[in-house]
Amino acid sequence: MATTIEALIPRLTDICGAGNVVTDPLELRTYECDGLTSHACVPALAVLPGTAEQTAAVVAQCARAGVPFVARGSGTGLSGGALPREDGVLIVMSRMRRIIEIDAVSRRAIVEPGVTNLSVSKAAAPFGLFYAPDPSSQVVCSVGGNVAENSGGAHCLKHGFTVHHVTGLEIVTPSGELTWLGDGTGVTTGYDLIGAFTGSEGTLGIVTKIVVKLMPLPETVHTLLAAYATTSEGGRAVSDIIAAGILPAAIEMMDALSIEAAEAAVHCNYPAGAGAVLIVELDGPAAEVEAELATVRAICAAAGATEIRAADDPAERAVIWAGRKSAFAAVGRISPSFIVQDGVVPRTSLGAVLARIAALSSETGIRVANVFHAGDGNLHPLVLYDDASPAETIAAEELSGAILDACLEQGGSITGEHGVGVDKSRYMPKMFDPDDLDTMQLLRCAFDPASLCNPGKVFPTPRLCGEVPGRRRATHPAVAAGQAEIFL
Amino acid sequence: MNTERTVVRKVRAALAAASGTVREADPAADSVAGVRPSLVASPPSTEEASALLRAAAAHDLAIVPRGAGTGLGWSLPPSSADLVIDMSSMGRVIEHAAGDLVARVQAGATIGHLASVLARAGQQLALDAPADATVGGVVATGTAGPRRFRYGAPRDLLIGITVVRADGVVAHSGGKVVKNVAGYDLGKLFAGSQGTLGLITEATFRLHPLPRAIAYVTADFSPSERAGAAAAVTSAAGSALVPSAVELDWPGGSSRTLRVGVLLEGTEAGVAERARQMSELLASAGGSPGVQVSDTPPPRWGRLPSPMPSRGGPRGFRGAAFPRPGGSGGVAPAGPARSSPLASAVVRVTFWVGKLPGVLDAIAAAGASAGVRPAVSGSAGAGLLYACLDPSTEHEAAVRFVKALRDRLGYGAPGRPDGPDGSVARLSRGSVAVLAAPPSVMAAAGVYGPVPGFAVMAAVKDQFDPGHRMFPGRLAGGR
Repeated sequence: MATTIEALIPRLTDICGAGNVVTDPLELRTYECDGLTSHACVPALAVLPGTAEQTAAVVAQCARAGVPFVARGSGTGLSGGALPREDGVLIVMSRMRRIIEIDAVSRRAIVEPGVTNLSVSKAAAPFGLFYAPDPSSQVVCSVGGNVAENSGGAHCLKHGFTVHHVTGLEIVTPSGELTWLGDGTGVTTGYDLIGAFTGSEGTLGIVTKIVVKLMPLPETVHTLLAAYATTSEGGRAVSDIIAAGILPAAIEMMDALSIEAAEAAVHCNYPAGAGAVLIVELDGPAAEVEAELATVRAICAAAGATEIRAADDPAERAVIWAGRKSAFAAVGRISPSFIVQDGVVPRTSLGAVLARIAALSSETGIRVANVFHAGDGNLHPLVLYDDASPAETIAAEELSGAILDACLEQGGSITGEHGVGVDKSRYMPKMFDPDDLDTMQLLRCAFDPASLCNPGKVFPTPRLCGEVPGRRRATHPAVAAGQAEIFL
Repeated sequence: MNTERTVVRKVRAALAAASGTVREADPAADSVAGVRPSLVASPPSTEEASALLRAAAAHDLAIVPRGAGTGLGWSLPPSSADLVIDMSSMGRVIEHAAGDLVARVQAGATIGHLASVLARAGQQLALDAPADATVGGVVATGTAGPRRFRYGAPRDLLIGITVVRADGVVAHSGGKVVKNVAGYDLGKLFAGSQGTLGLITEATFRLHPLPRAIAYVTADFSPSERAGAAAAVTSAAGSALVPSAVELDWPGGSSRTLRVGVLLEGTEAGVAERARQMSELLASAGGSPGVQVSDTPPPRWGRLPSPMPSRGGPRGFRGAAFPRPGGSGGVAPAGPARSSPLASAVVRVTFWVGKLPGVLDAIAAAGASAGVRPAVSGSAGAGLLYACLDPSTEHEAAVRFVKALRDRLGYGAPGRPDGPDGSVARLSRGSVAVLAAPPSVMAAAGVYGPVPGFAVMAAVKDQFDPGHRMFPGRLAGGR
């Protein structure tokens, strides 16, 4: 294999230029992991194409040589989807960061995959438009990575995920051919390959251009914070809001331990002694939002809120969101290590699964802080442990897995937004039976019969033995550099 | 593939062993776009459907899945049809989790039945599909109506699916939670696949609350104010008033008035205020339109344009590919729809909304050059219009119209390289598809024109249905 890789170097250099083929072992190490730092693997080679054509040529060379390849965006993924292969080429898309076109009247933008999520909204803002999917890493994460992971964000409750906002994809197929999927209109002709490709975690090809929908900026945004003695009271407020026929842009909840951590870290000044904090954001036409706001406020009060705060301007909103957005980094302050879990349950099962998590925590003595997207039942339990203790480490991993089991028992999912990657492929058989997985692999075979495109991800294979899920041992480089908070 | 009698004799016993519902096809009622199937089965469960498809695979049978049959007459007819799998015995709403805004439904349930169940909890599946169409049919054909502008197509509301593959294997994808990225999303792939990848037996949807109030704001533009109408559409679609639908109705025949229609949904006070603001917006877009607000839809809302025949015309026009609440274009046949020779052409034009003025000009010019007067309507704000040709249209004229339209819109030239300035030339930015027409028109004009990613689609078909037995011939390219 080494000679095969070596033979690729001059060809890839011809394609991309000498400065864009990384062979130095030290430099290659900077690509050894993505946001899931517990999994690391130095790639044999990294290449940074500057155009779609270069990307296609690189993939074609890999395909011809039978060398596996992995695409990487900003490397913020939390399931190891961009984990390199030691026998393969890492194709880094970060040089391709042009916003090629904004058609404000059509509400479309054409962007390259390395463009950061937030920069699309920034470029659209002068036209009164924005790009709706807003994963918390949006300052640094790339739109190409968002496509691979079908990223959501706090506001996906109302506005949907990446797949609802992509209307065209130019991809390099795993055999190295450049093709468009879709035409940017959002109306499908033939099979919905955009839908099939989005969220395929880099296993069906590499995105080189993306047509995204832009939405008109909402006329009004209101944010409420309500404090409760318990998460179950907060949960009742959530249920009542939904039952009232209101679809907020976001509904987030934090429990006592995560509030405590956030308070210690950023002094967010949430109501003292609260057992749970609920954040509800409403957006839309002023004429609708004002009425909804009054209803939500009444519902929150009726559910037993000890305090309700409202934010009506961006600065006040930022204050309310500060605690929520800092929660994960903050938890790092009260625990040497923690596992970030990502599970989903039907919204009405939130209470049951939180009770189960509490029981698991008290049985094992392992603390769990809960931060979650309450509106869509997406939990992010943070399992706190000391990695200096092997026994505690194992117990934490078992507890983290047991939380997924609890989600599945309620008819939920093993991942709501972080993806399967290498982290959770071993859980896939718990959620899907062999025939389901076999059928999904038919799609894989259609795109990538040689199985060279990000192999070993999503589906359980023998290659994944011995790895552990979701353990965060070290601070992610982007966080350390102050480029990003840890967001989920 | 097989002659009718041979198939019946050789395989009937095998199929009967798989399902007690197998019967001989009624030559009239069970024909699919003029193609007579041999047998029909109505499995009551996914398991029995699986057994049927296994038996059918063993005997190399061509399969046509059928819901209410409303969409069978659209697009290309099957190249052969041995066994129709009728889903009418799987009509249950399995679970309505109102607190989770989720419903799990058997594929044969009608949209109307589902709507009545959901309405009890003040909820809805936010698709404007015909009440008599089935859930499975609506998903398989990708049917969405005016409200696609806000809620999207079935693929956007589908969160889980159960399918039976051509080889009889049962597979699930997704689940019953809205937020879920575990595994490939096969639901997206099957939505709009028109029965060519497998049989859909169950679907799980995310739901929306029924709005407490609605308003239709319409603006009528005179024929000379076409540009104003286009500007009104783009203004409404780009406004922060959150319309649920932005429609354009430009009928042919005697009246050429262009009507822009906007649907607003919300609270009573909110809708009233938004309707006032939307009226101002439409009135100020250009020209001097007559603007009205009503709580009932304008005529032809969500229907095919008027030249569609009101009787004696094509069957199956109740709207599988279109939103036709209450029937389409006045056609409301009773009983299972079946095929008959299509006498008219329905051409779907998609585009980036900013190009709407040019699209309207192109339709008018292509019509003039081909000697036809198409009637046009659709979800213009979502980049979608249907141009319908009168049944009296000569076939050659219909073909000329489609080709002229493709030429004028620049959708006919695939494979152009992107410009050296980085401009994106290869992206086609729209399509002109012939959704329904006599087979000779479809053959001469081409159903879709160039389709981005068609080679990958063909590979997908080959993987899921290597024998090309699921609705053979339905897709362009004969697959």
